[in-house]
Amino acid sequence: MNMPMYVSPEQVMKDRADYARKGIARGRAAVGATYADGVLLCAENPSNTLRKVSEIYDRIGFIGVGKYNEFDQMRVAGVRHADLKGYSFSRQDVDARWLANQYAQTLGQYFTHEMKPLEVELLVAEMGEDAAGDQIFHLLYDGTVMDTKSFVVTGGEAEAIRGRMEETWQAEAPLDSALQQAVAALAGPDRTLGADDLEVAVLARHNGRRAFRRIEGAPLVALLSEA
Amino acid sequence: MYRKAASSRPKWEDTLQPVTLPFFTPSDDPGPDFVGLLRTLKRPPDLGDAALDPTQITHATTVVAIRTADGVVMAGDRRATSGHLISHRNIEKVFPADGLSGVAIAGAAGPAMEMVRLFQLQLEHYEKVEGNPLSLEGKANQLSQMVRNNLPAAMQGLGVVPLFAGYDIQEEKGRLFQYDITGGRYEERDYGASGSGSLHAGTVIKLRHNGNLKQSEAIALAIESLFHAADEDSATGGPDPVRGIYPVVAVITKDGFARVPDAEIATLTGAFLDNLNGGA
Repeated sequence: MNMPMYVSPEQVMKDRADYARKGIARGRAAVGATYADGVLLCAENPSNTLRKVSEIYDRIGFIGVGKYNEFDQMRVAGVRHADLKGYSFSRQDVDARWLANQYAQTLGQYFTHEMKPLEVELLVAEMGEDAAGDQIFHLLYDGTVMDTKSFVVTGGEAEAIRGRMEETWQAEAPLDSALQQAVAALAGPDRTLGADDLEVAVLARHNGRRAFRRIEGAPLVALLSEA
Repeated sequence: MYRKAASSRPKWEDTLQPVTLPFFTPSDDPGPDFVGLLRTLKRPPDLGDAALDPTQITHATTVVAIRTADGVVMAGDRRATSGHLISHRNIEKVFPADGLSGVAIAGAAGPAMEMVRLFQLQLEHYEKVEGNPLSLEGKANQLSQMVRNNLPAAMQGLGVVPLFAGYDIQEEKGRLFQYDITGGRYEERDYGASGSGSLHAGTVIKLRHNGNLKQSEAIALAIESLFHAADEDSATGGPDPVRGIYPVVAVITKDGFARVPDAEIATLTGAFLDNLNGGA
């Protein structure tokens, strides 16, 4: 009779965490940051069609990094969840905290019970009535949730980028400088990132009910080059 | 982790409670279809097969859509009736469907409002899941299927006959669609009308439409057509200056759906009525 080999739980968790972290570190990073008129979502993404940044609901945005099929499944589940909740109750009953909790439950469930953990990190951003209400949730592969009102860096080389963001980030900055700082932090000292390398969107208070807008093409080039 | 598509279907009494994230296996996945998603989670109410008493059901009546040089104008009167009684004086029958299109309803008010709500959600849901909006044609077909799905209820007296209009970005013009109770979808060139006063409203528009109306002319024509419909049809409400209730008018152009402010409609209606007096 074959005896299953004993592996300590610590070792199992460590192996799983290493596995997930390695997968996430391979991808490029993304930044979510509050600015004067809402929340800026900015990802380094050379693809025009495989999105990392997307809209979940009226005031809720999403960034996923890591394995595309896994975070896209999370994104679609989030859209479905939010639309169902808004349909059965009311649009104003849909909030990011609830969604972040659901994501955390799912990620945690995968981490401990499934064959392999999800190799993703998620960012759920909610724009408030005013700057004080803005909130960004950061979800890790094991279901850990953190919330902040300033900025979140997620994906590969997050530590270095977070360091650069900490030096430059300012509360309630205008969009152009908030974006330029985020892009400079993503690029680091040795590279420059152009409009083609970026996926940018905002949740902005002046946009009406559906606050999510992508910024691409000429408007993005203009924002990046403004002094 | 996956939710099974409902094989043993839940009872209608279980209201939809989206408490967990909806995940599906690839073969059960409803895709960008919100109505399909709802169908996997709950089933519609069983109406039985008895006809319902029409005097117990609120009906919304006359709506029109007129194509203009820049897009489409949609308008609807404000009355809802239950049998011979007026149940509401100021309901709205013209709604944005999404940024570039609108939907106007006639028929049983309850199912119609629900259809509009689902239709709006369906378009937004598709756009978010897919990352791109549906084409105008695709939106018109979606509404057609919703009307078709309502056919069993329509046979019991809960018919809904909408109008759909929007600005087609590909073709760079306004387009409008009429429906029938079976979900039949008919694109009209210049105008469409639906509801109990549609015969009269449609005739007024038909006589005045020259194929190339300016937006301001189409708004005035919509007001005139609804006035005459209300004049002939008891279920259509006319302008009510005493309470300040006027038709709902919306314009759809390449800049999107916009409702014309009530104050402006009040002024235009006043001008129309003065003209009518002067002509007498």
